[in-house]
This record gives sequence, structure tokens and C-alpha cells, in this order.
Amino acid sequence: MIEQSKKDKLIRAKKEWMKRVEKTLEKHPERREFKLDTGLPVERIYDPLTMEDFDYPDRLGWPGEYPFTRGIQPTMYRGRLWTMRQYAGFGSAEETNKRFRYLLEQGQTGLSVAFDLPTQIGYDSDHPLARGEVGKVGVAVDSLADMEVLMEHIPLDRVSTSMTINSPAAVLLAMYMAVAEKQGIPMDKIKGTIQNDILKEYVARGTYIFPPRESMRLIVDIFAYAGKNIPNWNTISISGYHIREAGSTAVQEAAFTLSNAIAYVEAALEAGLEIDQFAPRLSFFFNAHSNFFEEIAKFRATRRIWAHLMKERFGAKKDRSMMLRFHTQTAGCTLTAQQPDVNLMRVAFQALSAVLGGTQSLHTNSRDEALALPSEHSVLLALRTQQVIGYEIGATDTVDPLGGSYFIENLTDYIEEEVLGYIKKIDEIGGAVAAIEKGFIQQEIQASAYHYQKEIENDDRVVVGVNKFTMSADQPIDLLKMDPAVSRRQVERLKEVRLSRNQGKVAEALQELRRAAQGDENLMSYILTAVKAYATLGEICGVLRDVFGEYKQHITL
Amino acid sequence: MAVKPVRVLVGKIGLDGHDRGAKVVAQALRDSGMEVIYTGLRQTPEQIVEAALQEDVQVIGLSILSGAHMQLVPPVLEMLREQESRDIIVIVGGIIPREDIAYLKEQGVVEVFTPGVSTTEIIDFIRKRAARQD
Repeated sequence: MIEQSKKDKLIRAKKEWMKRVEKTLEKHPERREFKLDTGLPVERIYDPLTMEDFDYPDRLGWPGEYPFTRGIQPTMYRGRLWTMRQYAGFGSAEETNKRFRYLLEQGQTGLSVAFDLPTQIGYDSDHPLARGEVGKVGVAVDSLADMEVLMEHIPLDRVSTSMTINSPAAVLLAMYMAVAEKQGIPMDKIKGTIQNDILKEYVARGTYIFPPRESMRLIVDIFAYAGKNIPNWNTISISGYHIREAGSTAVQEAAFTLSNAIAYVEAALEAGLEIDQFAPRLSFFFNAHSNFFEEIAKFRATRRIWAHLMKERFGAKKDRSMMLRFHTQTAGCTLTAQQPDVNLMRVAFQALSAVLGGTQSLHTNSRDEALALPSEHSVLLALRTQQVIGYEIGATDTVDPLGGSYFIENLTDYIEEEVLGYIKKIDEIGGAVAAIEKGFIQQEIQASAYHYQKEIENDDRVVVGVNKFTMSADQPIDLLKMDPAVSRRQVERLKEVRLSRNQGKVAEALQELRRAAQGDENLMSYILTAVKAYATLGEICGVLRDVFGEYKQHITL
Repeated sequence: MAVKPVRVLVGKIGLDGHDRGAKVVAQALRDSGMEVIYTGLRQTPEQIVEAALQEDVQVIGLSILSGAHMQLVPPVLEMLREQESRDIIVIVGGIIPREDIAYLKEQGVVEVFTPGVSTTEIIDFIRKRAARQD
């Protein structure tokens, strides 16, 4: 708040300045209209007059305190840097294990497992639909035997592991727990995250198996089981990343993610769980796209909205329940195949926006990802980018360095307001599940994706190397070569596992799982028993497919 | 004289869930006056060919970003040959390394579009090819 006399003085001064600007504009007009990805016009300048009613304690507060706008820890990166966590996985468990150990040696501080598509969709590597896909976008994991190799010589009590797995999340989590147990690590010592966010699979990422209701049951089962047995595990990573990659705006990314989060919270409450028991383990995952300040404001606004939602709408009491903790990945969809080295710069700025937005962990994309899976050298450069931000440029020396910026606070308020508008709309439709079933979310994303593409093609949006500063075709960097024998070897391995296990035990575990799935017991311990007997992922998901049925995609175009 | 619109099947082949490109291209083709059938996710080569024949399309556009193109695209071409549907042309879009593009073209794919290509280029390409067939 500004004193009246000071305010009047300021208004007069601004008017004078505006007159001078008019003169400048006569000679040198501005290049174009400026707007956010979300469409809001960006003003020439933001000043104290645009923040007149700004209430510091209410809007921002202190870092580590409600509503957490300035960050979830009191000292943020002065205490500890974010977790540098590169998403990796390809080919066999052996190869991926090697890449993991390489990354840890290079100073990475957490693991992030990419699984291949058959694994993500619950098919064994010898399933007919796995044709061509085994070991391609990630590592193939068919049974506990593969997970054992994947995590070999990695101390699971000291490294936190994030697994991008959704429909079969319970199965992969069970495998990880079984490996930790074999390493002799107590269950309260394992740390990590499963993505376990099915709702965005239906609208943006595509690795769904079961229909929404049954999927929600599995998710709530995991919440309940993990709360009692693996207290340091993040049971879900509610993801806007893929929604943004599918073409949404920043506002839509935040809004649809928070609406999905509301749906999970409501499902858990309906199943009888206590809010402060499961909410502290909910985590989030966002995209760091190209519009630098809009992204920073998005992270800050989302943190504030979540705190308000948890406290006011769901009556959470614990601070930890109100803290929005999130992972960030730079925007894959902004990477270009043209002049791929330029991607290094894009990634660096996007990564910086995530850090200035207060992320808890970060993946930086590699420069060659519009061409192929990243090579080891490209991944190293991506990791080094984070290390430069963390250790060289001073961005981490004070908490929320952009807090109080007229522009950033304006954007933060604007994004909050827009996001709340969307959440209200989705509530009126009947919540996220209903909005997905009606195709609302899909249509919104599709419209934004099309608009974005049109902007590029009409030269309303510059992409360096694509529609400006182009060069004749070049593809100068060494790309990762996949071993074509991976699939054959994986299928052989799978056969060996099937032959060497105790068949009676497997059959019994699967039978028990079927019975439990038909009822309403928590399925987690049944899945764990099956996994430990070396039942395969395909067998376990096969039983659940039988009982739950499969999701039919809602095609919107 | 009214020209019959070109009919195009846009298909997501394999288990890949990246459908932004496929849907943007499908919508752009439709806006340019073509008749577009979009298959949705997780189509097998068999399903693609079956749908293409049933819908009587002139063009199949396959979208794939998972790296399974070398295994999944050739069967489509093979089945089309078996069905003696040689007049259906197949184009591919996605993340396809350069050396694989050469192989896919040898197999009979008429063009491969990689990231950065504009929808206008794709529309122009299809129009020219379709005109050649008439």
C-alpha cells in the first residue's frame, strides 16, 4: 500500500513519462504486440501502481510457511540444492544400470527410471503388441529378476528413485520394495516416487490400461498401503508435464493438474483415508516451457493455490499437507531437430525458470531428443547445465529472488485467477473424471496445440532455426545407437525366468490376487506376494485386465 | 467442377501415446478440405490396413515417436501390397533418424516428415501426390 501523497506523485510522474514514451513511439514504434502463451497482453511496464493493494503476508508470506508462494523450505537452495534427476532408461536392465551408475558418478543426486512402452502398458516383452517396442523408450522390466539387475550396486537407502510408471505402478513399486528387502534395507529407509497419475494418461500421455474407476481404486490402495509401510515414498506425482507437452497453455497445465489432484484427494477421502495422513506424500510434476517469466509465475501461483485448496477446501491441518512439492522437466516439445545444439540454450533458460520457481528436483532435456534418445554425451551436457545453475551463477543465493518483482507478482496473481476459473468450470462439470469422460480436457488441450502450431506457421511465434534464422539441413551430432538384439535377449531372459520359478506359488499368488481384485481388499500386499514369486508384469496385469476390463479411448478431434 | 476431396487415414501405430502431432496434422488436413479419419492410439499394422481399406482412403499417415518404426511400418506396406492396394500411399511422421528414413523409403514409404515440418508442407505434398493418382 502506498501513501496517498506518494501515490499522487507517482501517478503524475507516470503520466509525464507516458508523454515522453509517445514521442519515442512516433519515431520508433514497438516491434509487435506482446502477450503470454496464455494470451494475456504483456504491458510495457509494471510498477508500484499495479501492485497497489498487494498484501504481502497474505499473498506471499515467508518461505517455508503458508501459503508457500516463496517456496516450501525456509532456506530453499541455501540449505540444499534441488535433486538433479535425469530421466533415463533404454534397452536392457544391464545397460540402464550402467547409465544410472555413470550419472551418479557424475554428480547426479537421484535416479529416474524410464520404462519401455510394453512395461508401461502391462505387457510382457513377448506379447504380440510389444512388437518393435521392447527396450525402446525405456528399459524393459518383465519381472523382479529385471528389477534386481536394474538396481544392482545402487544403495537404495541412499539414493532416491523416481519411476515413471502409472497403470502398473503398484507392480513396479512392489518390485522395487522386494529388491530393497533383498539388499537388507528397512522399508522406512527407501525414498522415491511413482508417477501413479492415471488421469493425465487418459488425456495426454496414453499409457492407460484400466477404466477410471478401477484405476482410482489401485491408486488409493497405494496411498493407504504406503502410508503404513513406506512412509518416505511419494505415492503419486500429479503431472502437468505431459498435459503441457500435449499442447496446453501454462494456465491449463496448472489448472488440469490441480483438478486431477482434487479428484485423487476426493477419492482417498471417500475411501476413508485421513487427509493429513496421505496428503504429505502427494507430489507434483510440471513443465518448464519457453516463456521465462510466465513459467516462474506459474510455479509460484500453483504453490499458493494448492496451499489454499488443502487448507480451505479439504481442511488439512499439517503444513506438509499444504506444501506443493514438485519435480520439473524442461519442455521436450520446444526442442528442435534443426540446429540441435541450440537446444542447449533453450534447456538452460527453461531450467533456470524452474529453479527461480522453486522446484524440488529437475530433469534437463538433452539437445538431441528431437532426433533420437539422448546420447551419453548429450545427457552429460544436460546435467552440467543444472550444475552451472546450481553452483556458478548465484541464482540460488537468496530465496525466491524474483519475489516482489512488479511483473512476477502481477503474473502470479493473474495465473492464479485464471487457474481458479478453470477449476471452477471443471467442478461444475462434475470433477476431473467427468470432464475427461466428456472430452472437455482433451478438446481444450487440442485447441491450444493447434493454435500454437498455427502461430509458428504464421510467424507469430519465432522458433529459432525453424521459422527464423534457418540453415540448410544439418544433423551433425552422434546419436545413440540402439542394440537391435535387445528385444530377442529380453524375451529369452523372460523365458528363463518363467522356467526357473516355482509355478505352484505363482499360480496361487495370481489366484489370490484375482479373488482380492473381485472384492474390495487393498491389493498391494497381493501384488507384492506375486512379484516375489516372480510372477511377470504381464501375468499380474493380465489378471487385473480380466477383472477390471480395459479403458476405451475417448477420441476427440 | 467439384473436386472429390482427398481421403486420409491418420493412424497412431504401436503403443506410443504421443498424439499431439497426429492430431494437429489431422486437424490441419481437415481444415484444408481433406476428409480425415483419425484412428486414435495403439493401432496394430493389421488394424491400420483394415481401416484404410474400409474407409477407402488414398493416403495413410502413420505417426510414431517411440522408435518402433522399423518394425511396425514395413508390415503395413507389405499388407497393402498383398491386398494389391498399391495406389494407397503411405507417409510417416515422427522422430525418425536419418538412416532409417532411407530404409523406410526403400520399403515404399513415399515421404517421412520429422519435427519442424509445417502442416502446409504436408498438405502440399499430399495434394500433389493425390493429383498424380487421378
